[in-house]
Amino acid sequence: MNQFQYVRPSKQQAAIDAVAKDPNATFIAGGTNLVDLMKRGIATPQKLVDINRLPLARIDADPGKLRIGALALNSTVADDKQVRERQPLLAQALNAGASAQLRNMATVGGNMLQRTRCSYFYDLAMPCNKREPGSGCGALEGINRMHAIFGFSDKCIAVHPSDMSVALVALDATVLVSGPKGERRIPFIDFHRLPGDTPEKDTNLEKGELITAVDVPDGPFTKYVHYQKVRERASYAFALLSVAAALDIENNTIKAARLAMGGVAHKPWRLTAAEQLLVGKPATEDTFRQAAEVAMQGAKAFKHNAYKIKLGPNTIVQALRTAASAA
Amino acid sequence: MKEQAQNKQIGAPMNRVDGHLKVTGAAKYSAEYELPNMAYAVLVGSTIAKGRLTGVDAKAAERAPGVLAVITHFNSPKVPGFDTAGKDPSQPATVGGPLKIFKDDKIHYSDQPIAVVVADSWERARHAARLVKGQYAPEKHKTNLEAGASEAFLPTAAKKNPKHPMNDYQRGQADAYKLGAIKLESEYVIPTEVHHPMELQAITAHWEAADKLTIYDKTQGTMATRRDFAKEWNLPEENVKVIATFVGGAFGNALHSWPHESAAIIAARVVNRPVKLMLTREQMFTNVGYRPYTWQKLGMSATPDGKITAITHESIGQTSNYEEFTESTLAQTRMMYQAPNVTTRYRLVSLDVCSPIWMRGPGEATGAFALESAMDEMAHMLNLDPLEFRLRNYTDKDPENGKPWSTKFLKECYQLGAERVGWSKRQLKPGSLRDGEWLIGYGMGVGTFGAHRGAATVGAQLLANGTVLLQCATTDIGPGTGTVMTQIAADTLGLDPKKIRFELGNSSFPKAGTQGGSSTVNSVGPATQEACLALKDKLRGLAGASNAAFASAKKEDVTLTDGYLALSSNPATRVAYADLIKQGGDKAVMVEARPGPEGQQYSMYSFSVHFVEVRVHELTGEVRVSKLVSCADAGTIVNEKTAGNQMKGGAVGGIGMALMEAAHIDDRFGRYVTKDFADYHVPVHADSPAVEVAFVNQPDPHVNALGTKGIGEIAIIGVAPAIANAVFNATGKRVRELPITPDKLI
Ligand SMILES: Cc1cc2nc3c(=O)[nH]c(=O)nc-3n(C[C@H](O)[C@H](O)[C@H](O)COP(=O)(O)OP(=O)(O)OC[C@H]3O[C@@H](n4cnc5c(N)ncnc54)[C@H](O)[C@@H]3O)c2cc1C
Ligand code: SF4
Repeated sequence: MNQFQYVRPSKQQAAIDAVAKDPNATFIAGGTNLVDLMKRGIATPQKLVDINRLPLARIDADPGKLRIGALALNSTVADDKQVRERQPLLAQALNAGASAQLRNMATVGGNMLQRTRCSYFYDLAMPCNKREPGSGCGALEGINRMHAIFGFSDKCIAVHPSDMSVALVALDATVLVSGPKGERRIPFIDFHRLPGDTPEKDTNLEKGELITAVDVPDGPFTKYVHYQKVRERASYAFALLSVAAALDIENNTIKAARLAMGGVAHKPWRLTAAEQLLVGKPATEDTFRQAAEVAMQGAKAFKHNAYKIKLGPNTIVQALRTAASAA
Repeated sequence: MKEQAQNKQIGAPMNRVDGHLKVTGAAKYSAEYELPNMAYAVLVGSTIAKGRLTGVDAKAAERAPGVLAVITHFNSPKVPGFDTAGKDPSQPATVGGPLKIFKDDKIHYSDQPIAVVVADSWERARHAARLVKGQYAPEKHKTNLEAGASEAFLPTAAKKNPKHPMNDYQRGQADAYKLGAIKLESEYVIPTEVHHPMELQAITAHWEAADKLTIYDKTQGTMATRRDFAKEWNLPEENVKVIATFVGGAFGNALHSWPHESAAIIAARVVNRPVKLMLTREQMFTNVGYRPYTWQKLGMSATPDGKITAITHESIGQTSNYEEFTESTLAQTRMMYQAPNVTTRYRLVSLDVCSPIWMRGPGEATGAFALESAMDEMAHMLNLDPLEFRLRNYTDKDPENGKPWSTKFLKECYQLGAERVGWSKRQLKPGSLRDGEWLIGYGMGVGTFGAHRGAATVGAQLLANGTVLLQCATTDIGPGTGTVMTQIAADTLGLDPKKIRFELGNSSFPKAGTQGGSSTVNSVGPATQEACLALKDKLRGLAGASNAAFASAKKEDVTLTDGYLALSSNPATRVAYADLIKQGGDKAVMVEARPGPEGQQYSMYSFSVHFVEVRVHELTGEVRVSKLVSCADAGTIVNEKTAGNQMKGGAVGGIGMALMEAAHIDDRFGRYVTKDFADYHVPVHADSPAVEVAFVNQPDPHVNALGTKGIGEIAIIGVAPAIANAVFNATGKRVRELPITPDKLI
């Protein structure tokens, strides 16, 4: 870990200024990702701007939406009564992530901004375009079991590891941001980026922009929802692949559907074509299979992740099945 | 043995004598010693897997705050023992030898230490370590076993000695399975697995004088470690003291002396201060051994009525380019089942990697994956229940050498386990049972391990306060050695265990072997017993001076009670300790217990069988072990609780081996891509059912007077194939390459 300065402003503007004006400054919230990256020498900020004193931890149950503060803890959000009732999918996805100890430290803002778990990104002695632009992508022809099947580029095939974000993209959330140029709202689906030629950029957040909250609009998805996470052990592991499914069902007919996948792309992967297919159809295994097929169109595997081409549709079916029978 | 009738402590589920110290944090592990003027060391690893170190840029590190020294091969003091030609200071008798750190410019594996940075705080040392840059002349490296399989060789030790157990073995006709009408030939792979005990490897090295070294070290053998470092520094053994009072798990990775230990000792010499060095979790992957990646092929033939006619078992395991590590991968195949024709061939491939080292159930656990999977495959071919198939090939004497078993209660284990797991629910046809989306299957796997015993010495003395102090250099890496020795002593002396203290983990104590190979209770147990008997006899002699009844009493009749030495046959005959103490004279004994000749006459093994029920998700391929019953014939069970812990820990290790553990190297770079617990999975609580354990608990009269046979290894041997077999029974899919991850089942 390099030496760094540490400041803990209590005013939002001061925090934003501190990061915006210093090229080597960065925010720190729970620190569960950033500190790891610093210990490994992957992140080398010279100034840490601790935002934990900012009043951004509230969960406001507004009419028509929940506003979740950026500093709300993953565990607090997952346990919140309003969240559980109005957005049970989000609560499930949060609880599927990390461990109880980590969820007690991790914040909503930090969770969205956690970096990929690609092993090459984590090893300074191996090439990685995301860590060191131009050094090459170690995973492309390396061990890529965990890597993307959608939306990758030849510069980077990493996946975004967050579980929470998969639910948020499905639920049409909006990220509220405040920065040197003022405030703006970023639809969740546009928040994370595909790697393209600039894999070093995970999101569309600008330097100095602070996430203040996430808005999650109310919808009909309070009952038939399921977050299905497939992993190599029963708990405390990143997803091989995950699916967030939310249905509105009446008389066994699907009135509305939301579907997104995690562990398959550089961003949480919304499956709009599959959603469209589901609407108006009976909630049957057959329908789910069709949706799964549509969802997987365009998927392409690398040497070690071909299983995802099969695991993907299976997990979609499983998520939809479970969502449809949840009551 | 006669005294067993009076056993009160042996067999009782006594709590650990050091449990309180451990849960309150009072137990001191090797990284927790604070010495005056201590310095801290952090290693810098090579970024290439093979070649030469042409230079080290340490300028920035040397300028960093608090840095005392940056030591590399370019400036390291000479370690005298490194140059002693032909002398191999390693403890496991291997060909080649452990890496001699900073001796020359050769890079043998990726992350091999190229420098050690010493600073006045650990944080400063770690920071400076990152500033050190190696310069290399890389050479082409090899880290892939399959790619190197054509260069597989018979271990040199076997080439030199035709009697060496690593030689090819044959009884009956070679490769006779090929002629069988009903036969199978399968290949199995286990990936590299890493021990990863909770406690990181750590050492504190202190030169108390120019020729006197004390180290607080994570080791499974204080004497072996002492021997290794005495040799490295050309010192008399008594000048080196190794302290390992507590060891936070090891599973084999502290059976060997590693470069980081030498580095700390060198560093302490250079800065002339005590130096503490603790590896990072990342370095635990690269520098302290692992269970080697192993390829196996097993051919088997049988008669239609389920008699095995022949087995051929071949294995190729990886070793490093500087040391030949071997293990007993093929041992179980030679002795477990009746088969007139058996061939085994053991080979190695040298790769540019760190040396492997025995990992729990070493070799046997690897071999059992192939053998016990093949048993299941053959039972399936024969349309036989796999338990019935094993019974039809049960052996009442050792088919490898014709000797009788010292004891064998494996059938009893089968029966206990089959009942508890609900084996009768198992269907012959795979994929027959389900619970909603979950396919259910049952599987079994057998394990065995030699009941090894070595010489051990225990010192015993009566202290002035009427308590007894026992000492032995053995270590306790977690099984509860101090606890069971206290129980053995309590029964032998007749004394309340609270009045007994068993001290261990110090090379200055009476000598014992290394804690490994499930041999500690077998070896130190009888030494404790004999030392206690000798102590009683000594006290009897002393008491005889004031009370004639003692002079003529047998030592077995003497018992220690609260405050008095008494005769069991007549408790009124007694002498107060206070009087004995006043009387003067030596109240200490030291007794060595050695294995008898029985080892020549009998085949001595512990046995286990593991029965599991698994659930496999039909769509996602996730596997959950829903029941696991482990039954063992391990001789006398000295402590049901600690023995049960051993079995449970082994079972959980087996779940890891079967379902998730794998360390992968990217062969292009020769570097591990799995370097933390996010990438390398070990089971969490949710992965393990409540493991059920049952012991036959029959003493083996031939290993030692206690009747013990050893537990640590058989706890894991056979678990992985039991799970693989259950997965097959659930799904019809046979996975021959561990671990069984979801991608292999969908
Ligand atoms: C062992 C382990 C296992 C894990 N398993 C999972 C898992 O299964 N699923 C999963 O989803 N996650 C998992 N995680 C990741 C975990 O969810 C994240 O580390 C956590 O959510 C990050 O939140 P934080 O508040 O600690 O972020 P920090 O580490 O504090 O920050 C992360 C990044 O976000 C930036 N940042 C933080 N807050 C803001 C803000 N308000 N505005 C702008 N920038 C901000 C920081 O500058 C930093 O770059 C795991 C982590 C670990 C260590
Ligand atoms: S996939 Fe992306 S993160 Fe991984 S090595 Fe390639 S560039 Fe780096």
